[in-house]
Amino acid sequence: MRRPVLVPVVLLVMALVIAACETAQVTPAPGDTPPPGVDTPPPVGDTPPPAGDTPPPNGATAPPGPPTGGILAEVRSRGELICGVNSNLPGFGFPEEGTGRWLGFDADYCRAVAAAVLGNPEAVQFRPLSTDDRSIALQTREIDVLIRNTTWTLSRDTEWGLFAPTTFYDGQGMMVRADSGVQELTDLQGATICVQSGTTTELTLPDQMNALGVDFTPGVYGTIDETYQVYESGACDAVTSDRSQLVARRTLFANPDEHVLLDEVMSKEPLGPSVPFGDAQWFNIVKWVVFATIQAEEVGVDSTNVAQMRDTSTDVVVLRLLGAQDELGAKLGLDNDWVVNVITGVGNYGEIYNRHLGPDTPFNLPRGPNELWTEGGLLYAPPLR
Amino acid sequence: MTVAPTPAGKPRSVAPLWRDVRVLRVAAQIVVVALVLLIGWLLWSTLSDNMAASRLSFGLGFLEQTAGFEIAQTPISFGSTDTFARAFAVGLLNTLLVSISGIVLATLLGVVVGVARLSRNWLANRIAAGYVELMRNTPLLVQLILLYVVFLQLPSVANSVQLPGSIFLNQRGLFMPRPEAEPTFGIWAAVLVVSVLIAVAAARLAARREADGRPTYRLRTLGILALVALPLVSWLVLGPVAFDQPIQERFNFVGGVSLSPEFAALLLGLVIYTAAFIGEVVRGAIQAVRRGQVEAAYAIGLTPGQTLRLVVFPQALRIIVPPLTSQYLNLTKNSSLAVAIGFADVFSVGRTMVNQTGQPLSVIALVMGTYLVLSLVTSLFMNVYNRRVQVLER
Amino acid sequence: MTVEQLAPPQVSTGRVAWLRENLFSGWANSLVTIVLGGSLILFAVLLADWAVNQARWGVITANLRLFLMGFYPLDQAWRVWLTLALFSSLAGLSAGRSRLGPVRTLVIWFGVSQALLAGLAAVAALEAISIPGRLGQFEEMVAVTVAFLANAAIVFAVYWLSLRIQTPRWLLPLGWLASVPMTLLLLQGIGIRGLPLVSSSTWGGLLLTFLLAIVGIVLSFPFGVLLALGRRSDLPALRWLSTAYIEVVRGVPLVTLLFMAAVMVPLFLPGGVRIEHVYRAMAGITLFSAAYVAENVRGGLQAIPSGQIEAAHAIGLSTIKTNLYIVLPQALRSVIPANVGLFISLLKDTTLVAIAGTGLLELLGIGRSVLAQTQWVGAQLEVYIFISAVFFVLCYTMSQASYRLEEALGVGKR
Repeated sequence: MRRPVLVPVVLLVMALVIAACETAQVTPAPGDTPPPGVDTPPPVGDTPPPAGDTPPPNGATAPPGPPTGGILAEVRSRGELICGVNSNLPGFGFPEEGTGRWLGFDADYCRAVAAAVLGNPEAVQFRPLSTDDRSIALQTREIDVLIRNTTWTLSRDTEWGLFAPTTFYDGQGMMVRADSGVQELTDLQGATICVQSGTTTELTLPDQMNALGVDFTPGVYGTIDETYQVYESGACDAVTSDRSQLVARRTLFANPDEHVLLDEVMSKEPLGPSVPFGDAQWFNIVKWVVFATIQAEEVGVDSTNVAQMRDTSTDVVVLRLLGAQDELGAKLGLDNDWVVNVITGVGNYGEIYNRHLGPDTPFNLPRGPNELWTEGGLLYAPPLR
Repeated sequence: MTVAPTPAGKPRSVAPLWRDVRVLRVAAQIVVVALVLLIGWLLWSTLSDNMAASRLSFGLGFLEQTAGFEIAQTPISFGSTDTFARAFAVGLLNTLLVSISGIVLATLLGVVVGVARLSRNWLANRIAAGYVELMRNTPLLVQLILLYVVFLQLPSVANSVQLPGSIFLNQRGLFMPRPEAEPTFGIWAAVLVVSVLIAVAAARLAARREADGRPTYRLRTLGILALVALPLVSWLVLGPVAFDQPIQERFNFVGGVSLSPEFAALLLGLVIYTAAFIGEVVRGAIQAVRRGQVEAAYAIGLTPGQTLRLVVFPQALRIIVPPLTSQYLNLTKNSSLAVAIGFADVFSVGRTMVNQTGQPLSVIALVMGTYLVLSLVTSLFMNVYNRRVQVLER
Repeated sequence: MTVEQLAPPQVSTGRVAWLRENLFSGWANSLVTIVLGGSLILFAVLLADWAVNQARWGVITANLRLFLMGFYPLDQAWRVWLTLALFSSLAGLSAGRSRLGPVRTLVIWFGVSQALLAGLAAVAALEAISIPGRLGQFEEMVAVTVAFLANAAIVFAVYWLSLRIQTPRWLLPLGWLASVPMTLLLLQGIGIRGLPLVSSSTWGGLLLTFLLAIVGIVLSFPFGVLLALGRRSDLPALRWLSTAYIEVVRGVPLVTLLFMAAVMVPLFLPGGVRIEHVYRAMAGITLFSAAYVAENVRGGLQAIPSGQIEAAHAIGLSTIKTNLYIVLPQALRSVIPANVGLFISLLKDTTLVAIAGTGLLELLGIGRSVLAQTQWVGAQLEVYIFISAVFFVLCYTMSQASYRLEEALGVGKR
């Protein structure tokens, strides 16, 4: 007689203890915590109710940092940077097959920020995000920084978070099958066009096509994979996105040569990092990490010569950049060799670009507007002083 | 739990306050409510702080703003210049469309499956059983994605499969002629009504003459003849309905009605999945009808079909309705998996709106509220029906 | 009516007689047989042709590790194996302790399915060895094969032992309950040497699928029982709150709850507090399934005749004791099959985390990420059919055991 009674009791109490440990933080169950009393369910009558504000022993990683320390303090006490990235875009953000190591232009900018803040470019927790989820992840501070080929617009700058300087100047393009005979956008009258939801390209597409008087059927998909799979299967006549993305995703097609980009550029797409609202210090850090990589390329500092340049250079601009002179890092709340860490870890802008998008990659994207201002491009870092 | 009333024999005055059941009952409830309110308040205050910090806001004002995005499947016209409210309505209509057609089709298929499960034909029985197990033991989401993948492997537009009656099937969907009423449709409808009246009148007259023992002069047959012939002839003469044929243009078929592969995959997936569950419900209900009922029906000379229709189904219906209701609810809720295959149901549209409006909580509350209302309405409707079935039965 | 008119029932046992009886008993029946049989054969031939001649099953064998345990670091894989060994021992122990045949069936299936997976890993090893430069995968897969076989052996060894060696009675329930926190602790690590922290973002594949479902069902059980008791309580506040919770949760799709858990939770937490995605998904699943557990348990509670409760009061048991000793043991016992059913749907429903924006890669999520690999683009059918097959084997076994459990427990017969 004793056993059947004991089993459920042990079961309930044990499980409730686990429940309190595991889910207390997230499940303050309304109406389910029994008060001690005659008419309440007996087995758990005096188990303490799930605590509302004690972090559970595991499951939650609550950094003990100061409550108002901002994102920098949080990242430091956590020991890693949480960076929102694209997981399906070769060249920008993509886990390497086999190893799972995150590769790409954007992924390296995550490492650059981690190198500047923590001194270790690998102290990054990459958080893959879809286009539909990235804004909310930034708004809820789920991530410290969003570096996910995200276009800077006025609305996003005021609604999502603050945009640091552009790392990649892009434009919206249109990809079609080479044998379709489509030469320009107006040839797409009556066509079905694939586009990914939650992107600026989704919004630009109807604007542009309406202006041209072209009727089209939209095919709107939630993930980047789906968008390109549907296009490749033939269910869409064209696919539109940032030109860099079209080029990058084309390399994943079974027959990349059968697809061409139209010459027309439909919009401006400045892609760059963004950070949550309300933390000016953090915004400055991300902003100046980007500028530092640009400045380093401009003054000829790269990952191979950075140590030597710091020790031997006589150029005061280089010395300031590398922290051998002045206390620029301290102004940001960082170590003074923050730029050295960044350049040692990932290299200057040109190195990052060439590693993932340059001539030795399958994409071979010409620098174009992403050339330094001294070379006729748009990359221009304000003085680091 | 059922709590027994205070034992009557116990002298109540002896119990101290903290053991007085009446006091404890009130106290317990106050504690619970206070606890819930406290937790709610804590969550709410954290939420408002966080929302303010992230420049998010509550409210539904955004519904009047321009949406700016396109939706692929639109039962009502929708463009990027329409409002968020209209976008939401499009999603809601899509959900309703797929749920209602899904419920109807799944019920029909489910009854077939349930009957097949009880078939004396061994093969039909086994196939139905295998189908049911296959559907019930694999995730619906994977089934939907698989179906969609298969649909995308259909021939391209240029190589569409042409089915009889100008119906085309390709990877962009099923394209069919759309019936459109011509001006003469009204006349034809009038003819139809008149012929129905003639048939009814003839049948009544025949019945009366029969009752009086007078000859009926084949009035019934004549009535039926009128019912068939008049509309048919006038249809041929008037041509009341024209068909808008789908025509292949450079990229797509234009005109007619079309069924997108997303919608088709979702509908088909929901129907074959839910039908397996409904089949089991139907089988259980039929088996629950007593064997003697069937034997009695045979004994009074009913055919197997008549037995099923007149004796078994009406009784089985009484048992079927409550579990059927929960299957209908499941189907409606499962339609939210549309998001996986790019069909713009209320949840997919909601997700895009979360991204575009900066008011995630309002949007998600709107979406969840919608599903709640749909569930409640379905339950209500089925409960009313259930009551009618029960009353008819007894 | 004369007795002679009734022919004695014929027992026909021949093959032809069986065919005539079951397949060709009339023209309609024959037609059904021919049409159904014809389409079935056609379908089977087409499918077999595809599976043998066209399908690229290499996508499965080459990524078997991902399908099994996601991106869990290879040098820490022993923890996953230890977890599995723990469950294997508990399963073997349960089989030995249980007097119920279905439990044994289930456990034997558990062992057999591990052997099946071992076979799959062996195939992957064989395939890897035929390709030069894939030695790493070969060694890995040999290890996986051995580990699975070892686990299958543990199941049967512990079963055999538990039949012969007396273990304390409390060991089994305690073991099962402790297994959940132990598993999580083991997989996550405690940050010391030898047991370093492993980010939960690396958990994936079948490992994560099981974790989500098991944690979901175990944690939702006590919660659901409380809700059920609350709903049947005669205290209005308790009853209304419980009812409202149950009905609201049952009225919305799981995917919306998971979406809430995935993207909205940070808004409800004070700054600086973070909860890993995997725990949020578990919380979402727990909150969801609690409402369904509650309804199952309520059914069980309703089946208890009120005479039992009255009798309990008559012999002087308090309400607490009545519930504890009389009502709950019977009610919970009768809802076991329904809860197995719930566990099956929960296991299938874990796939929803792949589309709810959680970023978690359970079996379906891993499948999708494998399809993003360059050399396997377009192998969707293979991947999704494999995933369906895995779920089918798991769920079908459990559902069969659940039916038999229902019979063994005599549910509905008392």
